[in-house]
Amino acid sequence: MSIRLTALAAALMLAGSVHAADPIKVGFVSTLSGPGAGLGVDIRDGFNLGMQHLGGKLGGLPAEVLIADDQQNPDIAKQATDRFLKRDKVDFMTGIVFSNIMLAVGPAVFQNQTFYISANAGPSQYAGAQCNPFFFNVAWQNDNLHEAVGKVVQDKGFKNVMIVTPNYPGGKDAVSGFKRFYKGKTEEMYTKLGQLDYAAELAQIRAAKPDALFFFLPGGMGINFVKQFVAAGLSRDTQLFAPGFSADEDVIKAVGEPMMGMFNSSHWAHDMDNAENKRFVADFQKAYGRLPSLYASQGYDAALMMDAAVRDVKGNVADKKALQKALEAKRFKSVRGEFKFNSNHYPVQNYYLRAIGKDAQGRVTNKTMGTIFTNHADAYVAQCKMK
Amino acid sequence: MTQLVLEQALNGLQFGLMLFLLAAGLTLVFGIMDCINLAHGSLYMVGAYFVAAAAQAADSFWIGLGAGIAGAALLGLLLELSLFRQLYRRDHLSQVLATFALILIANESVRVIWGPAPLMLNPPESLAGPVEIAGFFYPAYRLVIIGVGLVVAALLYLLVAKSRVGMWVRAGAANREMTEALGINVRGLFTAVFVFGAALCALAGGLLGPLLAVQVGMGESVLILAFVVIIIGGIGSIRGALVGALIVGTVDTLGRALLPTLLRATLPADAAATLGPALASILIYLLMAAILFFKPQGLFPARA
Repeated sequence: MSIRLTALAAALMLAGSVHAADPIKVGFVSTLSGPGAGLGVDIRDGFNLGMQHLGGKLGGLPAEVLIADDQQNPDIAKQATDRFLKRDKVDFMTGIVFSNIMLAVGPAVFQNQTFYISANAGPSQYAGAQCNPFFFNVAWQNDNLHEAVGKVVQDKGFKNVMIVTPNYPGGKDAVSGFKRFYKGKTEEMYTKLGQLDYAAELAQIRAAKPDALFFFLPGGMGINFVKQFVAAGLSRDTQLFAPGFSADEDVIKAVGEPMMGMFNSSHWAHDMDNAENKRFVADFQKAYGRLPSLYASQGYDAALMMDAAVRDVKGNVADKKALQKALEAKRFKSVRGEFKFNSNHYPVQNYYLRAIGKDAQGRVTNKTMGTIFTNHADAYVAQCKMK
Repeated sequence: MTQLVLEQALNGLQFGLMLFLLAAGLTLVFGIMDCINLAHGSLYMVGAYFVAAAAQAADSFWIGLGAGIAGAALLGLLLELSLFRQLYRRDHLSQVLATFALILIANESVRVIWGPAPLMLNPPESLAGPVEIAGFFYPAYRLVIIGVGLVVAALLYLLVAKSRVGMWVRAGAANREMTEALGINVRGLFTAVFVFGAALCALAGGLLGPLLAVQVGMGESVLILAFVVIIIGGIGSIRGALVGALIVGTVDTLGRALLPTLLRATLPADAAATLGPALASILIYLLMAAILFFKPQGLFPARA
């Protein structure tokens, strides 16, 4: 018995001294079931493809990805996060889809001095006054894609726009983003997060007769909304606009042809012409049998971002200051092309206009039409005093 | 404006009729057998999954609907024979515990069999578009749902109010011991009512599948509404369930549609935007509280 104990102690000491043998641990908490599952699954698959391209390593060190489903419930997300932080002692966290969950989980992560690399949720709070050295968003600030649509709708000369969005922080960001660049008349409609039947809202849209409709309903909400919008015969009189979230492959796959002709905005598109993106899109299709969505591209970039930062600090992830500097430096090649981080750890990047139509192979999918913004930052960065 | 009200009334009717399908089974089980069945929502979910799976396999919505209803009825039969029989004699707490366990088991089983992502159920091709009625367009599929709901409601009324079996059911709801004393096979009646309730659940789940999403947990939210309906209508009363369901459906739809507009006219835009949706979602509970205040037994109590 005592011999075994001694051996164990020796093994433990050995493990303690050889720091580099510790795997880099990533806690991935995301929405993997329910109506928002499509988003979380795409982020996860994108992240996993990234890990696969990196040979299962981050910065050359063995890595371990722990995955948990938050069921789109802030309480469950908090429990899973606490487990990853306290028991598994993860080095990075990522994966959360919805901003209300991000805001619920954030304080515990920052308190624990663990870096959160958001591959989706980009709440205005963390871009502005509550910005935090441990929070990075590799995708966008929530408002950005909506700002881009607002600009397009304004430039196309629409005068009377109706906005439909869920009543949660991401929805509020959507409305303020859209109205920052669209100056005409608007009427806003807030729905319950996770609502699936839009009969009451569609009747109001019919009565209000807007010339354009801007909706931000991620995941299953958007799928149902577009289907019911078309079934109600509203698509004849009203032009649909949406951020890329409500018009990407997950929604297109479920809705199909009725989506054709819809305009949307994105910082990434699967037809972008760079070597990294071509490899990502081809391998994603090979691995999962479907086209990647913007969520998948964000998950992929999150993996590359961690990899580059760990390599920069030579695996010494305990040095938080150095790791923060390495993350800020952004030394990886994103599938969206060039971008850099602003002082609030949100991207400064281009935003593009996409339209849904048939591609050369007859698939209904997005096609990039042009650039809406170049090197666009978010509106909250001035309020951020980064430590 | 009239058009808006008319369309919202149709929406309310459609929602109310679907609630009725769920509430009818629930109120009978609760009223006659004095058994609180929290797993009623799970039968709705499992029924919807059966319909979706059968529709995919047969490549036809209607065959899927029929097969799904039959499957759910069979499941209801097995559940009644194996589990619910043991529960009738026990107190409400044991019933709540046992049927809550069923909810967890049902959710996990569905997750294991069909996966966490929602299943897609599409309406028949011919009903996917809008139809024109009285100068405005309304989704054809929602009209079909209204039609089916009305037919089922009428059949249920005839069955419960006019047939001999219906008389037994009403007698059982009003006074169980007396009914048994008169030589009615209450045990067989219970099984039949339970199976019938399960079939109605699957019908509602299958019809709503293409409008909503067939997913894990879809039963819980609708179960709460179904309980509100039977409490408003009076436990054990089919007529109460119908009236209660239509009230809840209409109030919920009109509340969601008209409250924000009304508030916007009276309050500053910011407050209206936060208050409107919040108020709309608690409106039916306010309504329930008000009705219970004046009629503690519900609108049409079975045991008058």
